[in-house]
Amino acid sequence: MSIKKDHDLHKKRGKSNLMLGLVLGGFVALVFGITIAKMTAGHNMEAADHVLRPALSYAK
Amino acid sequence: MTDATVTQNTYDAEFGDYYALLKPRVMTLVVFTAAVGLIVAPVPMPFILAFSSILFIALGAGASGALNMWWDADIDEIMKRTQSRPVPSGRVSANSAMIMGLWLSVLSVAMLGLASNWFAAFCLAFTIFFYAVVYSMWLKRSTPQNIVIGGAAGAFPPMVGWAAATGGVAIESVLMFAVIFMWTPPHFWALALFMNEDYSDAGVPMMTVTHGKPHTRRQMWYYTLLLAPIALVISFTSIGGPIYFVAAVVLSAMFIKHAWGVLGRAEDTAIADSYAAERKMFRFSLLHLFGLFTALLVEAAMRALELSPTYWPVWI
Repeated sequence: MSIKKDHDLHKKRGKSNLMLGLVLGGFVALVFGITIAKMTAGHNMEAADHVLRPALSYAK
Repeated sequence: MTDATVTQNTYDAEFGDYYALLKPRVMTLVVFTAAVGLIVAPVPMPFILAFSSILFIALGAGASGALNMWWDADIDEIMKRTQSRPVPSGRVSANSAMIMGLWLSVLSVAMLGLASNWFAAFCLAFTIFFYAVVYSMWLKRSTPQNIVIGGAAGAFPPMVGWAAATGGVAIESVLMFAVIFMWTPPHFWALALFMNEDYSDAGVPMMTVTHGKPHTRRQMWYYTLLLAPIALVISFTSIGGPIYFVAAVVLSAMFIKHAWGVLGRAEDTAIADSYAAERKMFRFSLLHLFGLFTALLVEAAMRALELSPTYWPVWI
């Protein structure tokens, strides 16, 4: 027997899920935008990665 | 019987209910004042970073709103003004409000730090702490000075906006803080005057409940008088100018006039016209704050377009 998705509850939840999806998608876009803006401004976007990173100069 | 019948009797929280937890109307004022603080600051910010910073300051304010609704669910249930909020009306559980508030606090602070700087993030964290812990949990139910000191939480956003742009604190941002800080008591007490029964029913020690309405009217008068010079002094800082000066003079004079009207009213006169003057003062107070900060924006635009007069004195 198949589960029918025609209950009112599903419609309401579907709308909530769509809104949440849009918010999360917007958040991803925003983080991407922030990254681009920071890199364009010349910020160093690399950080310690639990191994020795020659690209990051630890010595003074 | 389908699975759905099991859940039919319990309300299923919708997206809008969670959005309402963030106190959207308070958030608009936070967005506006934080944006002004950020825009009038002397350090320009790339659009996307400025936009994100304001968004995360607003989200932090929303998070503290959710925490407030979790903590105050018991009194919100009693007060008419707040009965329809998501938690007291049973649409969202108090526990969900707390979890959402805590996570959004962490997220907003971390993201503000990444989008702007960690000093601004610290200021935002302090603001959330101040509103949720100092105001909601501690002061609100224990002292009639609750909204005076708690008002600081509402006054921080322009300072956070300024910190996001500059990475620090300056006399200008402190003065913007001071304006909202001094503005909050007359604004909130005007509301308390015509909502007094709500507060006394809920056992919240508002000034109107503990010291009576005539005393509250006098206090409102003092704060309104003290607010005017602070608002005026901003005219002679780096963010002020002649347009702001005129706006501050006019708006302060009108606010004082409202406070004077409210000060002299006997209680039976107020009841007779169902607190018309108090309601008017409350509505005007919003216009007053909005007007002052809009004037600061206009001055910033004038500076950007190099239309600011060079003769204008900048004392501090």
